[in-house]
Amino acid sequence: MAVRVKINGETRDIDAPEDMPLLWALRQELGMVGTKFGCGIGMCGACTVHVDGQATRSCALPIGAIGDKEVSTIEALGQTPVGQALQEAWLEGDVMQCGYCQAGQLMNATALLNSNPNPSDEEIDNAMRGNICRCACYKRIQTAIASVARKEGGATNV
Amino acid sequence: MSDTATANRGPALGRRAFLKVSAIAGGGLAIAATMPMAAKAMAQGGPAELNAFITIHPDNTITIIGKNPEIGQGIKTMLPMLIAEELDADWDTISIQQGDTDAAKYGPQLAGGSFATPMNWFPMRQTGAAARQMLLQAAALRWGVDVASLSTEPSVVVHEASGRRATYGELASEAATVAVPDPASVVLKDAGDFRIIGTPIGGIDSPKIVRGEPIFGVDTQLEGMVYAAFERSPVFGAKLISADTEAAKAQPGVIDAFTIEGNGNPTELVDGVAVIASNWWLANKARSSLNVQWDNGEWTGHSSAKYDEDARRFMAAGSPQENITVKGDVDAAFASAESVVEAEYSYPFLAHVAMEPMNCTALMHEDGSIELWAPSQTPQGGQGAVAQYLGLTPDKVTVHITRMGGGFGRRLNNDYMVQVAAIAKQMPGTPVQLIWSREDDVRSDFYRPAGWHKLRAGLDADGKLVALDDHFVTWDINGGQFNPAAMSATEFPANYVENLRYAQTKMPTAVPMGALRAPTSNALAFVFQSFLDEVASSQGKDLPTLLLEIVEGVEAEPDTQGFMGPQPGFKPARLRAVTNKVLDMANWGQPVAGGHALGFGYYWSHQGYFAEVVEVSLSDRNQVQVHNVWAAGDVGSHIINPYGALNQVEGSIIDGIGQALQLAVEIEGGAVKQSNFHNYQLPRMPMTPKLHVEWVKSDHSPTGLGEPALPPVIPALTNALHALTGKRVRSLPIDTSLFA
Repeated sequence: MAVRVKINGETRDIDAPEDMPLLWALRQELGMVGTKFGCGIGMCGACTVHVDGQATRSCALPIGAIGDKEVSTIEALGQTPVGQALQEAWLEGDVMQCGYCQAGQLMNATALLNSNPNPSDEEIDNAMRGNICRCACYKRIQTAIASVARKEGGATNV
Repeated sequence: MSDTATANRGPALGRRAFLKVSAIAGGGLAIAATMPMAAKAMAQGGPAELNAFITIHPDNTITIIGKNPEIGQGIKTMLPMLIAEELDADWDTISIQQGDTDAAKYGPQLAGGSFATPMNWFPMRQTGAAARQMLLQAAALRWGVDVASLSTEPSVVVHEASGRRATYGELASEAATVAVPDPASVVLKDAGDFRIIGTPIGGIDSPKIVRGEPIFGVDTQLEGMVYAAFERSPVFGAKLISADTEAAKAQPGVIDAFTIEGNGNPTELVDGVAVIASNWWLANKARSSLNVQWDNGEWTGHSSAKYDEDARRFMAAGSPQENITVKGDVDAAFASAESVVEAEYSYPFLAHVAMEPMNCTALMHEDGSIELWAPSQTPQGGQGAVAQYLGLTPDKVTVHITRMGGGFGRRLNNDYMVQVAAIAKQMPGTPVQLIWSREDDVRSDFYRPAGWHKLRAGLDADGKLVALDDHFVTWDINGGQFNPAAMSATEFPANYVENLRYAQTKMPTAVPMGALRAPTSNALAFVFQSFLDEVASSQGKDLPTLLLEIVEGVEAEPDTQGFMGPQPGFKPARLRAVTNKVLDMANWGQPVAGGHALGFGYYWSHQGYFAEVVEVSLSDRNQVQVHNVWAAGDVGSHIINPYGALNQVEGSIIDGIGQALQLAVEIEGGAVKQSNFHNYQLPRMPMTPKLHVEWVKSDHSPTGLGEPALPPVIPALTNALHALTGKRVRSLPIDTSLFA
């Protein structure tokens, strides 16, 4: 029996068991491979998506548990102003090395700035500590988030 | 730019001078030579391929091949920069394509050893310059003028005297018909004319990555593709007795399950069971129903605790199995030494844990040929290994190189390629993607070798280092020219100590070992730079002072030909330059904040010289806090892409700090105890120190940055902790109970 999930504004019927994690439904049932597999136990953040705007580890979220909530993924990140600003900041600061974790980093950073438009350096560190970057591009990720926070956060806080 | 009679040329490499390097089955590297230079014009009005790397299209856009595998080191951007510079191309109209595995066409395709920069600095530039010369020749013929009267602007040939101009696109099809120049004869730019080299350029694939577009190996999607999980024994060296494949086949979504017999070589194929399903999660889940029986043989008695006990017993016994190098009269020198410093150092096994778990996609065609989409650092080696396993000639094995979510040396081995080939062989016509779980990755790695060193230093009445003795306890590893558990006879400061003995004892093990970023150096820098810090302290001086004394008056060593191309000898002036630079950057010798201390480390590896200073403190709970790291690096005359270069150094520093603070793989019952990121804890954002990196430019060809910045940060950190607490860290990872 298909499981119905709303993803990036579209209703999708997924023909898979209800206990299948969203990550594997996205990647291999729907062909949306932007969301990455890193650890499978919610410890690295590579698979981060938004569920009703909250940063969520899709490797630990069964599709049957999503219900009416709205999922959004890296493929739709550029359609949001904060997401787009972060994507641009990532490119401007040449943040990445291998880039594999960056979809998750961007999704988590977007959720952070959506809930806290002007975070302190410490708040950035704490919000991002669940996302491992094996190449350790942390300094550039910090800088990119802070640069958007100054622009976007400054604007929305006025 | 314009050509002049006095212009630069690269070394006379000749037509057969491209070093072709490929990993060969069973480990090791083979070298051959090739010079891919031939031009062909496509159909009338179509693109023109001026050589294997450069295609110029009629609309004046240019496609450049990035030949080497991209693991995050930035090579797919950097090698084309070298070509584009000498082609004098407009970077904004260039697109870069990943080259497939093709040794004959592209020469060596390898991501490892920080070799790409030194190996390609001249050949890639000559490749670009040769194509530019062909474009100039074509314009000269078209306009009936002398080539010497022509110059180029980005992607345009200009005849200044007449004001005539033609784009590369307009000239390309004619250029493809002129004689291909000898690469050694082509004129290279003066460094002062560089427009691309030295300019920060963002990663060429980064726009796709921030949009989540498919680009990594595991993103490969083929029509009708199925997914495979591979169950193998957690105990190294085990043999498969039986598995209940029928039970696995009864699980939801499972298409097939079958046993696979290994070939006895863990770098290729170990015994295991493949489970195939419509979704990898279903395949992986079905592994638990296999009820696999293993013959673990003699290896279950092996553990890290036993290895440590054995190694310490060997060191205490004091009679190494064999000498690595001996000179002078070591025993007499110690007998007459004014003082002796003695210490034991050790470091653990480490895993690579690239973010993208091991994976590979394969399609066995009905005609018996096979096609693979491989995230491999040595795709040519993987091609050979798959061909050998399947009994095919390499031309029947097509290997597409995909971007990789990190390598760090793990993907120098191609076991996942042979595994997926063994699986695909069972299902011709159906594409299959093999994916490893993180647990598979952590527990089936080729580990950075653990090691133990008993060191003694003898000093004369003037405090001069006159004798040095190291008993290194390491491993018996079969095969391969490259042994990551070996120590060089010239390990610094070997060449500058009169009486020297480096000796070793090798222990048997089934733990597979391999190269981890800055292999050997990532461990030996800690051992030797920490021990030298002890030696310096015993004389009331600091480590940089001791290092500068050791190399005082020392001559530069000559360059040699290494197994991977030119191998520069040690240049003491470069040690001095980076050391003095970093001391200056860090205000070494000046007071630091209360409760803080500085430590210094230096290392020369992978042709790069780095000196680093770490500022450290301890929290109330004795947790190590790194506040600042200053690094001065000399990798030659140019930093080709400052963006990528700096990123490598910053990442290496944090990587090294993570290793020092919290990483160890432990063996228990012949298997790895750790399994995922909860018990193999990589550095996370909050531990990021302030990073200060500066370059020391020297008159040497540029060399790579994937590795050399990592080794010195570890001893710089442990030496800082000694300065802070008076306690010596002699074993990694750092045990903070030492500071209680």
